[in-house]
Amino acid sequence: MKRLLALLLLALPASAQDRRSGFEDMARETQAMQRDDMQNPGMLWVAEGEDRFNRDCTACHSEASMRGVAARYPAWDEATGAPIDLAGRISACVERHQRVAPPARESQPLLALTAYVAHQSRGLPISRPSDPRLAPALEQGRALYGERRGQLDLSCVQCHDDNAGRRLAGSTIPQAHPTGYPLYRLEWQGVGSLQRRLRGCMTGVRSEPFAYGAAEYVALELFLNDRAAGMLLETPAVRP
Amino acid sequence: MGDIARAVPRRVALALALLLATPARADEAPLTDVPGDAARGRAIVADRTRGLCLLCHAGPIPEERFQGNLAPPLDGAGLRWSAAELRLRLVDGKRLNPDSIMPSYYRVEGLHRVSPAQRGRTILAAQEIEDVVAYLLTLREEPPR
Repeated sequence: MKRLLALLLLALPASAQDRRSGFEDMARETQAMQRDDMQNPGMLWVAEGEDRFNRDCTACHSEASMRGVAARYPAWDEATGAPIDLAGRISACVERHQRVAPPARESQPLLALTAYVAHQSRGLPISRPSDPRLAPALEQGRALYGERRGQLDLSCVQCHDDNAGRRLAGSTIPQAHPTGYPLYRLEWQGVGSLQRRLRGCMTGVRSEPFAYGAAEYVALELFLNDRAAGMLLETPAVRP
Repeated sequence: MGDIARAVPRRVALALALLLATPARADEAPLTDVPGDAARGRAIVADRTRGLCLLCHAGPIPEERFQGNLAPPLDGAGLRWSAAELRLRLVDGKRLNPDSIMPSYYRVEGLHRVSPAQRGRTILAAQEIEDVVAYLLTLREEPPR
């Protein structure tokens, strides 16, 4: 029994090491683009977010207090009694405290603010969601991740767990660890959220995507963060 | 007739009805009366938005770069399988392996959250399946090693 436990403990770090950020499978030039803040186009969004933060948010928050926040999201939202992701939290904060219409999902202002806040956690490990109230959504996310969908009848598991590292046409299938969101995608020619990326896969398998902000996406984000717990945040990442 | 209907449990009757309503039968006779056209089949296989085949499979279609490697090469398919076997794998390969990642190209039932544009439609039409079968039968060389 003791030996088994020791073996298991030995096996744990190994499996953690097997997890790869999509960064590692990118072309060298794309990696260089992400590494160099002067070249990384995502830093334009971070800079815009910084301006907005300094203008609209510093009455309550400081830059230093934002460090580590993104590593803990999605989190439990007391006001709605539901899990909320970082973009949802920022949007709700604007609405509640600034008494203005909240910025829409995937809008430039919200992406910029989210990129700025998440950037404050660059290099920090993603923490495992620990609030027990998140447990049902975490399980919902796990179920959604394993559920076949669309005309092509594929689940996330079938590509991103079972076939990660293989090539779908010319692209290496990543392990789907959300370490760099919001991130700059060359395909998008812009910064987008994890929800936008999830929609991309859903329409790719010819299924009906959920609406932005849907509980299903937050559940998936929660599950993916749990699965990537301990990996380091890269925001703003660059991806092909 | 009424007696039989009463004797057959409703679930069994439903399963039978579904089986009979399935577009392709288990014996996989041709889906149409028009023989498949291998040239048209090749074009469907090469088309990443119609056949989708090269996203996962490699095949002897050199003008199409960036072929996938999630599934076995198509080369030699005509040596390994008969027309009926190929047809079954295209129509609904999940009858052979429920865990397969290969989409069922001629099945509309049992799918979840299909996008509105594709709902109720098969991935390929019956004649397109016949064309692809005709093309695959021409692939009689093993893949390059």
